[in-house]
Amino acid sequence: MKVLLSWMQEFAPIEGDPHELAATLTDLGLVVESVESTGPAWDGIIVARILELRPHPEANRIQLVDLDTGGAASAPGEPLQICCGAFNMAVGDLVPLATLGTIMPNGLEIARRKLRGQWSNGMLCSAAELELADDAEGIRILDARLTVGQPLAEALGAQKDWLFDIDVEGNRPDALSVAGVARDLAARLGVAFSYPPLELVEGAVRTEHLAAVEVLDDDLCARFGVRVLENVTVGPSPAWMAARLAACGVRSINNVVDISNYVMLELGEPNHTYDLDLVPDGALRVRMARDGERLITLDDQVRRLTTADGLICNQQDEPIGLAGVMGGASTEISEKTTRVLLEAAVWDRMTIARTSRRLGLRSEASTRFERGTDPLGIERALDRFCALAVEHCGVTLTSGSVVVEGGFEVKPPVRLRVRRVNHLLNTSLDAEAIRGYLEPIGFRCALVDGEPGWLVTVPTWRPDSQIEEDLVEEIGRHHGYSRSGKRVPRPSQNGELTPAQSARRRIRRTLLGAGLSEAMPMPFLAPGDLAAAGLVDEGEQSAISLENPLVAEESILRISLLPGLLKAVMYNQSHRNTGVQLYELGRVFLRGPEGSELPTETERVGVILADQSAVEATKLLHRVAAGLGLRDLKAVNRPLPGLHPTRSAEVVFRGRTMGEVGEVDPRVLQRYGIAGRAGWLSFDIAPVLVALNTNASYKRVSNYPSSDIDLAFVVADSVSVNDLVATLTAAGRPLLQRVRFLNAFRSDNIGAGLRSVAFSMRLQAPDRTLTDIDVATVREALIDAARKKNKAELR
Amino acid sequence: MIDDLSSFTAAALAAAERAHTTDELHQLELIHLGKEGPLLAARKALGSLPAEQRKDAGQALNSAREQVETAFAARRGELESAERAAQFEFERLDLTEVVDYSPVGHAHIVTQAWEELEDVFLGMGFRVAEGPEVETDWHNFDALNIPKGHPARDGFDTIYVDYGPRDEDGRSNTVLRTHTSPVQIRTMLTQEPPIYVIAPGRVFRRDTADATHMPVFHQIEGLVVDRHISLADLAGTIEAFTTAYFGEGFSSRLRPNHFPFTEPSAEFDIQRPDGSWLELGGCGMVHPNVLRAGGIDPEEWSGFAFGFGIDRLALMKFGVDDLRDLFTNDIRFLSQF
Repeated sequence: MKVLLSWMQEFAPIEGDPHELAATLTDLGLVVESVESTGPAWDGIIVARILELRPHPEANRIQLVDLDTGGAASAPGEPLQICCGAFNMAVGDLVPLATLGTIMPNGLEIARRKLRGQWSNGMLCSAAELELADDAEGIRILDARLTVGQPLAEALGAQKDWLFDIDVEGNRPDALSVAGVARDLAARLGVAFSYPPLELVEGAVRTEHLAAVEVLDDDLCARFGVRVLENVTVGPSPAWMAARLAACGVRSINNVVDISNYVMLELGEPNHTYDLDLVPDGALRVRMARDGERLITLDDQVRRLTTADGLICNQQDEPIGLAGVMGGASTEISEKTTRVLLEAAVWDRMTIARTSRRLGLRSEASTRFERGTDPLGIERALDRFCALAVEHCGVTLTSGSVVVEGGFEVKPPVRLRVRRVNHLLNTSLDAEAIRGYLEPIGFRCALVDGEPGWLVTVPTWRPDSQIEEDLVEEIGRHHGYSRSGKRVPRPSQNGELTPAQSARRRIRRTLLGAGLSEAMPMPFLAPGDLAAAGLVDEGEQSAISLENPLVAEESILRISLLPGLLKAVMYNQSHRNTGVQLYELGRVFLRGPEGSELPTETERVGVILADQSAVEATKLLHRVAAGLGLRDLKAVNRPLPGLHPTRSAEVVFRGRTMGEVGEVDPRVLQRYGIAGRAGWLSFDIAPVLVALNTNASYKRVSNYPSSDIDLAFVVADSVSVNDLVATLTAAGRPLLQRVRFLNAFRSDNIGAGLRSVAFSMRLQAPDRTLTDIDVATVREALIDAARKKNKAELR
Repeated sequence: MIDDLSSFTAAALAAAERAHTTDELHQLELIHLGKEGPLLAARKALGSLPAEQRKDAGQALNSAREQVETAFAARRGELESAERAAQFEFERLDLTEVVDYSPVGHAHIVTQAWEELEDVFLGMGFRVAEGPEVETDWHNFDALNIPKGHPARDGFDTIYVDYGPRDEDGRSNTVLRTHTSPVQIRTMLTQEPPIYVIAPGRVFRRDTADATHMPVFHQIEGLVVDRHISLADLAGTIEAFTTAYFGEGFSSRLRPNHFPFTEPSAEFDIQRPDGSWLELGGCGMVHPNVLRAGGIDPEEWSGFAFGFGIDRLALMKFGVDDLRDLFTNDIRFLSQF
């Protein structure tokens, strides 16, 4: 919302440094985005009178103009000669003259020059050249009552001004008007706010003889008012009005449209004009649209309506306007218009919001209606429009306005307790001080029995204010938030992470320590991503979809971290970053039990090792498991979706599958355009959290010498290293301290389907030095167990 | 044999000189000074000499022994130092040829900022609350005083999810949470006041990605509910956080603003030591409707809440000027922090 200081000053004697005023507005919650000096760049442009118009002897597209400049640009009594290409002026007209040396608003410097042998000592200006309006045709003819020789800015009252650009929050529709901002600012500055009195000269014909209004849907319209203006001449607006509108970013169109916009900006009440002669009997009906009804709007678009749209219809019940959003083309004001039916109404916020959104029609008017306009402000808006039209369009008015009550309801007053105010604001205000903040902004305080406080009537221009806390905010705003002070509350609890949150940090540190960097892929996937990553069969739809995705590529929620990390590797490879090693710690979204309200969100770690194989991924698994103290974790060979079928394993922890490890299926890599292999590791973090939160059990370190036994077995390929380790671990108790896998190899000598697997075992007793017999006994037990349980023969 | 002593000494000294390695020297030392050597034999023979000769002969033997031992020790020193020098020359490494390109792990800067923020608030006695990323629209909107049809609900540009029970018109009631505020509701519903929590998390908006917007981003939320909590407690908490996170010389201010879930509401700004201001986030006193939705009596308890973006802090800290850079997962970006 752009607001001119001079405009606000019509409502209150607001004085002071504009930058300080801006700071005050910001402190009131009306955040000033910028404050700038404004006003027309008209230095050097003066009012001149045309003394004589003569043809140019050498050219017929330009004429010679002799001007009286009142001694401002030529010696007194001496006419000033100008060459001019426009022919719309007559002798005696007052015109704007840019004198020599003037820098025009567009940057052009006016110099003395010769045109086909004739001197031109300046330039006469069009409205466009003055940036008053878009009209570049002809010279701007000024009001004949102005003084010749006077600077134009002074003559038109277009003085230097200050323009505040204010970011108005959604709860302050009142501040979408010059008067509303002025009211708030005046209250803070302690100066009086008032609307300038309007004195209307009305004709004898009563308005209700020319116009009638019927509101059929009270929910759509709170109040609806009209007035009638006769003898309208559509023409240019007065310069000062055009200048103010221009400063506020509104283009000048013609006097009727400009006054409409002017009143909206000034009072925050959007209004609409109809050509009365195109509205049979001046009769308007307000109702909700029926499905499929059509209306051609002002922009000549055919709008198909629904039951959610509000309409203004004529006597025949034909739509002639889309309530609060856009007028209809059939009753539009034109050059021929002589009688205007003026409407000001208050619409249901939701209806306007829905309609403008659905049709993509957002305007200054719809924005105000959506936020809520003042139901009791429409008479003032109608009258203000009429006063300006009488002054600048020479209209005559009929007597009175016709206002029909729709669904307007007076809101009940709000009980305000002094104690509550001081509690929430940390202040010690008394009832009078509180009233002193509320009444200047229109809240009426009435005495009430019981606890000290007030019964407060909220002004109709503050739809946001409904409860006691809303009033506390108003008091806080005008008292100043900073005066509440700063105090740090001290909770009685310690600040600490939950065990799960600490564990998550430890997982991160472990992964970082293993050389992995953290990626953050989007949790959205394209429907084809899961099949491409080999996670589901083609056409299978197990993931949860979004109802209104922005793009199809982001229309489902991930069920695995694999596709996101594959994309990250692809992105890096395409930028020649080879061998990236990334992890992500994030949630996947799985279907919960039938009838569940929300999906199951599983927090998971995903690791991708570009240019590495399943071997490195599995080594990493063991390193991470050791780092996290997951002692009983193992990999169990198994083909898994998306992974290399003979290079993948389930990660099993304490008997439960918690993840997977291996290598991404080469076909999947190919689909993602990834060269080389890619190691993969993924695990749920919930089991890790459980493990990390059980304290490690302490075992005294033995100081007696240990002894190592190395054994190699020939065993069938079907027996896994895990199986042998389990056998050896069990058989070696209690002296066996650890089993280490050394290597495995196959050869023709060993035989088909068999391999040699070697282990190193360390034996140690807690209380004595081992004897040769101890070692030999354990050795026999190990060999025996491997033979019996796994058909493994010592090599 | 005493006659031999001088020739023995000369031979031993020559032998020490002749040795080329410490091993050789050790062998020669055994020959000349060892158990089988002539000196030890001569000492054993001393007993057979007459007493008056014994003293002189003994002294001569000792002096010869000392002379030889000194010579061997000196030679050992020479050889050891030469051998050390040779070994070091042999083991010489050009350490500029040693490099390691194995990757080093880097935490994402959003995670770094996230944990740093958590730590600041942990130090102020807060705990960390969490909630689901897919939420019911009741938790995300209704409970936060944004009922169905409320214009503010549009402003959140919500992504709806095809899951869970639908309303009568068949519309989904399940959303990707548009802010971390539903965690306020979940916390109030599961925990008795006093409540001092922060809730960092991932949030979603139906936004096209550009330099300052992402459809997926991160926020942190704060909620305090206790007896006699006022606007001053909010301002003080924001100020304490500001100093702790940004450093000495930074300060904060509140200015009126509007949010459906707080009343009074404020925006909080941070002032940098150079005097410039940075708009950081929104805050306010918890709206009584929100307290009620959380099962808390607004007459007995009051509270404040605040929230702001984590990603933006991460960007500012490192001078990154495009939000999208955070989420391309380019290792050249990730490994800078």
